[in-house]
Amino acid sequence: MADVALRDVVKRFDEVEAVRNISLNIPDSEFVVLVGPSGCGKSTTLRMIAGLEEVTEGEILIGGNVVNDVPPKDRDIAMVFQNYALYPHMTVFENMSFGLRLRRTPKAEIRARVEQAAKILDITELLDRRPKQLSGGQRQRVAMGRAIVRNPKVFLFDEPLSNLDAKLRVQMRTEIKRVHQKVKTTTVYVTHDQVEAMTLADRVVVMNGGRIEQIGRPHDLYHRPKTHFVAGFIGSPAMNFLPARLQPNGEALMLRLSPELAFPVPPAHAARYRPSVGKDLIFGLRPEHITEPRGEERDPRYEFSMTVDVIEPMGMETMVFFTVHGKEVCARVEPTAAKPPGQPIRLYANLNHMHLIDPATESVL
Amino acid sequence: MTAAVAEYPRAGGASLKRNRRWALFTSYFFLILFAIFFLTPPYYMIVTSLKSDAEVAHLASNPWIIANGVTLEQYRLLFRETDFLIYFKNTVIVTLCVVTITMVVSVLAAFSLSRMRFWGSGILATGIFLTYLIPDTLLFIPLFQIVRGLGLLNSYWSMVLVYPTLTVPFCTWIMIGYFQSIPKELDEAALIDGAGHMQMLLKIFIPVALPGIIAATIFAFTVSWAAFVYPIAFLFSADQQVLTVGTVTSLIKADVYKWGMLMAGALVAAAPPLIVYAFLMDYYIAGLTAGATKG
Ligand SMILES: Nc1ncnc2c1ncn2[C@@H]1O[C@H](COP(=O)(O)OP(=O)(O)O)[C@@H](O)[C@H]1O
Ligand SMILES: [Mg+2]
Repeated sequence: MADVALRDVVKRFDEVEAVRNISLNIPDSEFVVLVGPSGCGKSTTLRMIAGLEEVTEGEILIGGNVVNDVPPKDRDIAMVFQNYALYPHMTVFENMSFGLRLRRTPKAEIRARVEQAAKILDITELLDRRPKQLSGGQRQRVAMGRAIVRNPKVFLFDEPLSNLDAKLRVQMRTEIKRVHQKVKTTTVYVTHDQVEAMTLADRVVVMNGGRIEQIGRPHDLYHRPKTHFVAGFIGSPAMNFLPARLQPNGEALMLRLSPELAFPVPPAHAARYRPSVGKDLIFGLRPEHITEPRGEERDPRYEFSMTVDVIEPMGMETMVFFTVHGKEVCARVEPTAAKPPGQPIRLYANLNHMHLIDPATESVL
Repeated sequence: MTAAVAEYPRAGGASLKRNRRWALFTSYFFLILFAIFFLTPPYYMIVTSLKSDAEVAHLASNPWIIANGVTLEQYRLLFRETDFLIYFKNTVIVTLCVVTITMVVSVLAAFSLSRMRFWGSGILATGIFLTYLIPDTLLFIPLFQIVRGLGLLNSYWSMVLVYPTLTVPFCTWIMIGYFQSIPKELDEAALIDGAGHMQMLLKIFIPVALPGIIAATIFAFTVSWAAFVYPIAFLFSADQQVLTVGTVTSLIKADVYKWGMLMAGALVAAAPPLIVYAFLMDYYIAGLTAGATKG
């Protein structure tokens, strides 16, 4: 077990700057998820921690030691790859014990450790099979088993669930979390799927274009995104964004979204937003904060009417899409409150959860 | 699902069946045609090698059948009266050395060219293949100078030196292609598991790449077993000669062809490649199908 730290890490492939100055501290036994769109440098970062890519600039520390020049075999890490990378010519037992055999661990201890790991992952009866005789989920378990038998300082996962079907992915997600709670090894997990990131992570690192956009607990990222990118990336369906302006209205502020649509800014936010009056801004509000009018304490000034474009019933609730000033907006309403396309619908915007973004800096105000 | 499948082709069922029968018929027809075409020469060789010289020379007899009794006389003469066994031994030594050298050099070369990105690795890979395109009928002239300079003229060790100039480039080139098809995560997993580069190569990479390596081995074996130009240029005396040139030079005296012994010699010379192919092909095919279902 060990902590991991990245200090001003840069990675360049010839011309391409894949990772641009990343700093990150991961305390012992934490589960950190790197999340971001494809090509943002997540795998490169992970591979630098593993020692599979050289660091162009900066330092990587594992357990307090700079490991920039330490080869992968001496870093005492384990990695699970997206395509599992099981050794096809070995049985499951041989796959899992390969690392221990290289370290000349006594035979009895190897057997004990493999069997214990197999028990944790429920693959005891597969130990004599070859990888090609396993299903996708079983291969995934074996790949994890190969990682945990070695009892390494750090686990690295690179999109380990991307090759599984949706149902299995959810199962294995729980499994990974369960294993981590049991073995408590420091873990760096890479995914492009923000749901996976939110459900697994102690802390999420959102990356974009080779940089870190924000680091935080899942709850914080969801409710207090710091940048336009994070606000749009975290949450499904994604946050609605509309061009907006703030207009002074005596003591209060008005948020104008279109010639027809304007809402008063809740007093709790007003002080913070006052310096931005008159600027072009982007207004962000999550679909679950646009609902049918419900509850007792609602304020009629936040109610409005729209014409339904499309509805998407999800079972527990229904997504209702409508257009404001040429932009599509999504609301999340009770199935009974949904109206068919073309019909008017009465909605309520809960601006207590609103975000305003300065398009010049892309940061949330 | 089975029900749906059973329902579906009923309308066109008859014509499907007919199509299949027609496909089978044409496949068999051409397979048999090719089998006859390719098996005729070996048949002719066997028949001729089992005849007596008198029958071979008798113009009126049918060359396709043995009329005057089967005899192993040709084989006895070949082994006793000629230097055939020396040629055979020389060829075995040369081939074993060449295959070993070729595989060691080209497995390492192909691995580094397919896995490690370094400056000029792409150009190097193409360059290696281009050297293979220069025919040995041109190369033997400058090589003659080199072999003489090294004092290896008229020694079969010169073959061990020159054959790899043919085999290494081609074997490297076909293995680069095969190695690239092996996911690099496999060797990365081994490195992370604690293997050094050599352990990774021996314990993970080579076993997984075996089908490609065997294909290259077969090629190297064939080249050094069957090469003709270099031995005829560099080897003169019988004790250094290899099978291909040796059989021809000792059994064709001016315009006198010892047909029976020539055929016997050719058959014995062809046996080891056949055995090697049969043995390695099993491995080869097993490897190929294992790779296909790895998915
Ligand atoms: N070996 C490489 N050579 C050149 N460019 C690379 C290499 N590996 C990754 N890149 C580039 O670096 C960027 C980040 O890649 P990667 O870390 O794989 O992204 P992610 O895992 O987030 O999808 C991409 O633009 C990719 O094209
Ligand atoms: Mg990636």
